[in-house]
Amino acid sequence: MRGAGHAVNLGVDIDTDVIIAGRYLRTKDRSIWAAHVFEDFDPALAPRLSGAVIVAGRNFGCGSSREQAAIALKEAGVVAVVAPSFARIFFRNAINIGLPLIEADLSCRDDTIVRFDLESGWVETGGKRSPVRPLSPRMLDILRAGGLVEYWKVKR
Amino acid sequence: MGTLSERILGAPAGEYVDRKVDRAYVHDGTGVLTLEAWKNMGSKGLCDPSRLSVIFDHIVPANNSTTATLQHELREFAKSSFLHFSDIGEGICHQCMSEGVVLPGEVVVGADSHSCTTGAFGAFATGVGATDMAAIWLTGETWFRVPESIGIHLDGNLSDAAEAKDIALTYVSRLGMDGGTYKSLEFTGDGIRRLRMDDRLVICNLAVETGAKAGMFYADSITTDYLARYGQSAEPQVQEPCSYVQEMAIDLADVVPLVAVPPRVDTVKPVRDLAGLPVDQVFVGTCTNGRYSDLARFARAVKGNRVAIRTIVIPASRHVLREAAKTGVLTDIIEAGCTIGTPGCGPCLGAHMGVLGEGEVCLSTANRNFKNRMGTGGEIYIASVATAAATALEGEITEPGVP
Repeated sequence: MRGAGHAVNLGVDIDTDVIIAGRYLRTKDRSIWAAHVFEDFDPALAPRLSGAVIVAGRNFGCGSSREQAAIALKEAGVVAVVAPSFARIFFRNAINIGLPLIEADLSCRDDTIVRFDLESGWVETGGKRSPVRPLSPRMLDILRAGGLVEYWKVKR
Repeated sequence: MGTLSERILGAPAGEYVDRKVDRAYVHDGTGVLTLEAWKNMGSKGLCDPSRLSVIFDHIVPANNSTTATLQHELREFAKSSFLHFSDIGEGICHQCMSEGVVLPGEVVVGADSHSCTTGAFGAFATGVGATDMAAIWLTGETWFRVPESIGIHLDGNLSDAAEAKDIALTYVSRLGMDGGTYKSLEFTGDGIRRLRMDDRLVICNLAVETGAKAGMFYADSITTDYLARYGQSAEPQVQEPCSYVQEMAIDLADVVPLVAVPPRVDTVKPVRDLAGLPVDQVFVGTCTNGRYSDLARFARAVKGNRVAIRTIVIPASRHVLREAAKTGVLTDIIEAGCTIGTPGCGPCLGAHMGVLGEGEVCLSTANRNFKNRMGTGGEIYIASVATAAATALEGEITEPGVP
């Protein structure tokens, strides 16, 4: 589970309502969620998310259980999210749809390259490596499979 | 020995366990994605549909044809699959599960963040997303990391002007929006003996606003008496020695009417500090404060008067609505000039039935005041039912008097 992307910095307590607003939830068209991601928060953010690693403050993804928030980030091209802590439902949702989350305290400038390896347990930027709180073996298995749907498809 | 979470999940804090789920439920919002994920998992089977519920509450009745089409697909599936189905108007999923369904000691999982509500019965109740729920439909179980617990000790007597919501806002402001992350909150102390089930449900409902996985009370005679009224028998749970990672004491006599100021639930001030702030809309209802006791409290406060601003009152369930109709509470609310909505979530999530306009202010009895949640450019102040009633009568934030 390796990856890399340019950093997009966000603050603390980013809630799922600001990631994708309630008025866009009633659809199965994933492109709609990607198109409106962070719309009320900062309309300039969406175009910067393709190939990005979001570097956020603590408690990322708090609030509603809407899985559309994690899907919106993935569909918008986010490679991974790094934060010191995540809201737990968002944490499960992201892993379940195959979006890597990295629990680490990282600080870097926007657009610097962030690399990570979840199996070895590190995240790196500006030549400096930081340790990552390890995912459980089950969560790593789910991520490796590409998400919980694929995990159960193989397992059945 | 151990915390209530450790006892129910059967392992010490920090361990990962697979547990059978006793009750699992989705609503019309999360159910659509759950059904899709379950189909994509390649199975046509549901593991024990008698444990599964689909409860329509988020946008009821449907607000447009796109929503109606999605709801139609889920409704047809639910009706043909032998799981429990509650159509529009039955009520909010957490309230439906609180009306004699969830029992002490059960493992309960809802595809909604406020599924922590029924921890009030001494169940381990928590929220997940749609794909996790799809796997529960498939296998009947899910994995948990057994949480560490924070002990919140409630002592003393609540004053007449304050209510359970103010207790909840007190601990949320002290813990902060991530103070309970990955943990469970256990409510204990002498003060809980004077808290009815409706109060405990309010207190557990806000646990997730601190990031907590669960909020729990030990079942006692108040719990078992409540369940007996729904024809359910249950045993009380005795607290055993256990270790908390953190403890907090709240003297209920110190709790005053509070307001959470937008856009954070943990930014809490006494109502009197905000008195006079003009309000455009009052909303009473939701999985936090839409129970019969809430409507009755509201009715007592507004009876014989007219509300000064638009005021929306939405019962949390059909059962609540029926009780309010039977006792005259509903008539008092209607005669005070309020608007009644279909039992369900109403405008809480900003989809319909009271969405805010740019620059508008709402005082709501719900649980979230995130930026733009109830409509772009609108602001949400969160408070108790008594504060909502006083505010509705004056048209500005007003401290409730002693009833």
